[in-house]
Amino acid sequence: MKIRLAATAAILALASALVSLPTRADDSQDIGTGAMGRGGAWTQFKGGEAVFKGVCQGCHMTDAKGAVGAGMYPALAKDANLETAAYPISVIVNGQKAMPALKNFLSDQQVADVVNYIRSNFGNRYKDKVKPEDVKAQR
Amino acid sequence: MAEKNSSRLSRRSLLSMIGTVAGSTAMYNAMTEMGFADASHFTGPPQLGKAPPGSSVLILGAGIAGMVAALEMRDAGYKVTVLEYNNRAGGRNWSLYGGDTYTELGGETQHVQFDPGQYINPGPWRLPHHHKAMMHYTSRLGVTLEPFTQVNYNAYVHNAAANGGKPKRYREVQADFHGHVAELLAKSTKQNALDQAVTKQDQEILMTALKAWGALDKNYEYKMGRESGARRGYIKDSGGGLDSLPIYSEPDSMSNVLNSYMWRAIGWGQDWDYQTSIFQPKGGMGQVGKAFGIELGNLIKYNAKVVDIHQDEKGVTATYVDTQKGGAPQKVSADWCVCTIPASILSQIPMNVGGKMKTAINQLSYGAGLKIGLQFKRRFWEQDDGIYGGLSYTSQPNAMLGYPMWDYFSKGKGVILGAYVMGSGAFVAAAKPASERIKDALEYGEMLHPGNYKKEFECGVAVAWHRVPWTLGCSGQWTEAARDQHYNNMCALDGRIVLAGEHASRLSAWQEGSATSALDAIKRVHQRAMSA
Repeated sequence: MKIRLAATAAILALASALVSLPTRADDSQDIGTGAMGRGGAWTQFKGGEAVFKGVCQGCHMTDAKGAVGAGMYPALAKDANLETAAYPISVIVNGQKAMPALKNFLSDQQVADVVNYIRSNFGNRYKDKVKPEDVKAQR
Repeated sequence: MAEKNSSRLSRRSLLSMIGTVAGSTAMYNAMTEMGFADASHFTGPPQLGKAPPGSSVLILGAGIAGMVAALEMRDAGYKVTVLEYNNRAGGRNWSLYGGDTYTELGGETQHVQFDPGQYINPGPWRLPHHHKAMMHYTSRLGVTLEPFTQVNYNAYVHNAAANGGKPKRYREVQADFHGHVAELLAKSTKQNALDQAVTKQDQEILMTALKAWGALDKNYEYKMGRESGARRGYIKDSGGGLDSLPIYSEPDSMSNVLNSYMWRAIGWGQDWDYQTSIFQPKGGMGQVGKAFGIELGNLIKYNAKVVDIHQDEKGVTATYVDTQKGGAPQKVSADWCVCTIPASILSQIPMNVGGKMKTAINQLSYGAGLKIGLQFKRRFWEQDDGIYGGLSYTSQPNAMLGYPMWDYFSKGKGVILGAYVMGSGAFVAAAKPASERIKDALEYGEMLHPGNYKKEFECGVAVAWHRVPWTLGCSGQWTEAARDQHYNNMCALDGRIVLAGEHASRLSAWQEGSATSALDAIKRVHQRAMSA
């Protein structure tokens, strides 16, 4: 019986290796993953403030002052490193040290929005704005 | 599946379709960012022999990796010093009990109010039987193991967008999926659609196998009756006496089965890492760390935050700050250093190693993870739902419920793992206060256990791993490309320093990875020490 079942399993395994998953435009197929949206993308957050409050403040804190334990999360408040907008874009998109790469979770628009939000809040007063194209260039 | 459709199926489209539905393995990939692990290489504790007289080792981190290294090197005769940031041994091997407090980054302190005997494992919670290093050390340290139930056929699968939002039993989902696939393959075989793939002789065997595997009736159909009932269960079970006839349950249609996406939940337990038998330590995973800590005694210096690691031709010096007593930074030196500090933290500590190791440390992202423990006044999942241990799955952001796998039939309380989320959703949870994470989890759980979940809830604790002060994330997230480029540099001995931990293993996020990584690291350190 074992061998017979193995034959069926082999067909199924072969087939599964050949075909990729279907995609659908809703999140109802994410059973048991908690992915909160197709492919796990944070499409529910629109605009820079929503992205910051929905995701970033988990580590950088609600006041963007960061936190310290055995390691630390840097403050984004009054942050001179934000002067060149390409820097936060790169860190958000590609990650660096304890900062995970978020390119698979955030759209170009969302990254641009949140960079603009951080650079004009929390004691930061940078006037220039970034566009989704600037983000795309760093992916 | 309509007859006329299947009769037109080409072999290719048939395989495509099966592939699509069997593609549920994609779920395991997503769920188990913990990964496609290689098998453990453990064949027994290392036979290091005797350490060179007077030689010493400094071990950073009293998690599984650090304590395995400490134990074996102590036994070989090295003078061992372990520095640990926390005030306890174990690291991510950790259980939270009533009376414990946990303060996350941001300063929110949770006071765990569970009753005696109740606990939650915020970190690892399974010990697969083939994780032989962990089996060895739990046995050596006298930690009692009990069965962990990965698959419970009577637990729920829930999709808010299917079946009217009502959960189904795992066994119904699996029986219907297997049954329809088996029927489809049997039809195709009969219609000669598989002639090119399967010889005539093998087709006969295949038909027999499909009948058994899919619970098909004598006509090779999957429909309500004796065979399907024996798999998916009954509306009324067979009994004794006059009123003994069963009432069969009606299988769902293939289209509903497919479109419900519930099939995504039915295969995790088939993966090597999740196959029966799996174990858990009696009283919580944290018992392992605790036992290691007792064994190592005063070799471990607690509350020590490492702020600098420096090596020269003579040895390695770590500078640390006492997080409780404060005061000036202190130094401790040894001939060798086994550093098990997670890369997320280590990337922020000055350490003079080569550029290759530095790059390997800096490039490693840490995954997000969320676990929530909820204590309920009574075990309604057992008493009302007939669920004894195991997991239920849901499309909601809490991803799954884990039922307590101890104290079955107790008339007292119980703690459910009310959320176990990796990746995307866990980041979002970390951005909320713990109280909100718990509130969300109660709403989600209510969908699976309506009328009981919110009513019987007493207290809870939520751990979002990106807020854990001593890891800044759950576990190292290696990609194949990153492994090719950086993995060997992460593991290689750099002068007198070697790294160990799950991040220096191919068993990502598993304690077995930590243990085997430490064993491999200390073998190399010992060889170098012997030849020095």
